[in-house]
Amino acid sequence: MSSASAFSRLKAWGRRYWVTLSTPSKFYSLGFLTVGGFIAGVIFWGGFNTALEVTNTETFCTGCHEMRENVFVELQPTIHYTNRSGVRATCPDCHVPHNWTDKIARKMQASKEVWGNIFGTISTREKFLDKRLELAQHEWSRLKANNSLECRNCHNLNSMDFTRQSRRAVEMHSTVLARGEKTCIDCHKGIAHLLPDLKAAAAK
Amino acid sequence: MKKILAMLFCCSMLSAAAQVGDGHPLGLRGTAPLDKEAVAPLMPKMVNDDIRRGRAFAMQPPVIPHQIENYQVDRNFNKCMTCHGRDRVLDSQAPMVSVTHFMDRDGNFRSEISPRRYFCTQCHVPQMEVKVPVENNFIDAAKTIAVNKGVKGVNK
Repeated sequence: MSSASAFSRLKAWGRRYWVTLSTPSKFYSLGFLTVGGFIAGVIFWGGFNTALEVTNTETFCTGCHEMRENVFVELQPTIHYTNRSGVRATCPDCHVPHNWTDKIARKMQASKEVWGNIFGTISTREKFLDKRLELAQHEWSRLKANNSLECRNCHNLNSMDFTRQSRRAVEMHSTVLARGEKTCIDCHKGIAHLLPDLKAAAAK
Repeated sequence: MKKILAMLFCCSMLSAAAQVGDGHPLGLRGTAPLDKEAVAPLMPKMVNDDIRRGRAFAMQPPVIPHQIENYQVDRNFNKCMTCHGRDRVLDSQAPMVSVTHFMDRDGNFRSEISPRRYFCTQCHVPQMEVKVPVENNFIDAAKTIAVNKGVKGVNK
């Protein structure tokens, strides 16, 4: 009885909005609505993208002490932060896909990181170290699945001059990488951050 | 007379000072005066040619002929072992760490690297692309014995 009346009330509520939406405007001109809608759209989309880009900066990432005091510190002595020519990768270069759809998907996943920040999942160094393996595995499986896309945004196999690489590097890059048997992350784990205890992980 | 002696003494000291550096190593300071800061030489590059170096004596730990900058070797992970480990040399074709590394202090062979041999750079060091300021004139035991025995063709 009560559920039926609740349903009919919901239906009436929906109808009221539908009538408003489907009736031609009584006060505003079509031109106002079209141009206004366009401008509002630009502002909305611009605002959305700007906000998205703000979350895609190193300043934003290192705004939380979890990132600033753990992974960011570890990045600093590596070649991706400090090198001869000063070209460098920032957090989102490796951790956020450039492609829009993938980027949005990653950003939605990242909402869990906001949760983690609020509830202090890795709020201390110890908590972080305990969780590091799991977090690292997420990144490894993501890079493995997309064939190290974020690495390849900068490092292009076709542009690698093997004569300028060391012998060991040539041996690997010209064979297993070129044949597509292995992808960057298979060998280059831990180039930007320290690695967890992998032996203990394998034993688990 | 005293004056002449003093002058002679000064002259000999000056000539001795001038001789320093002629065929003698100057050390890291170079000729910088004591109250001045010496200009530090540029940081040399690490040798990265992957060509194995010889050993000066039988027990010498082999030197590392490649770049090892920022290699992680700590309680969690040993980067060197990703190529030189027993289970990795098939893929990497790198030389395996010798069996002595599996020995504990009681001489028992273990299945894994002994903790006392875990930190590679305690014994193995990379090389730098520098001109050595002092030539090494080390002579190994085999050659010393040969020289002392008067073996033909072997000179000091």
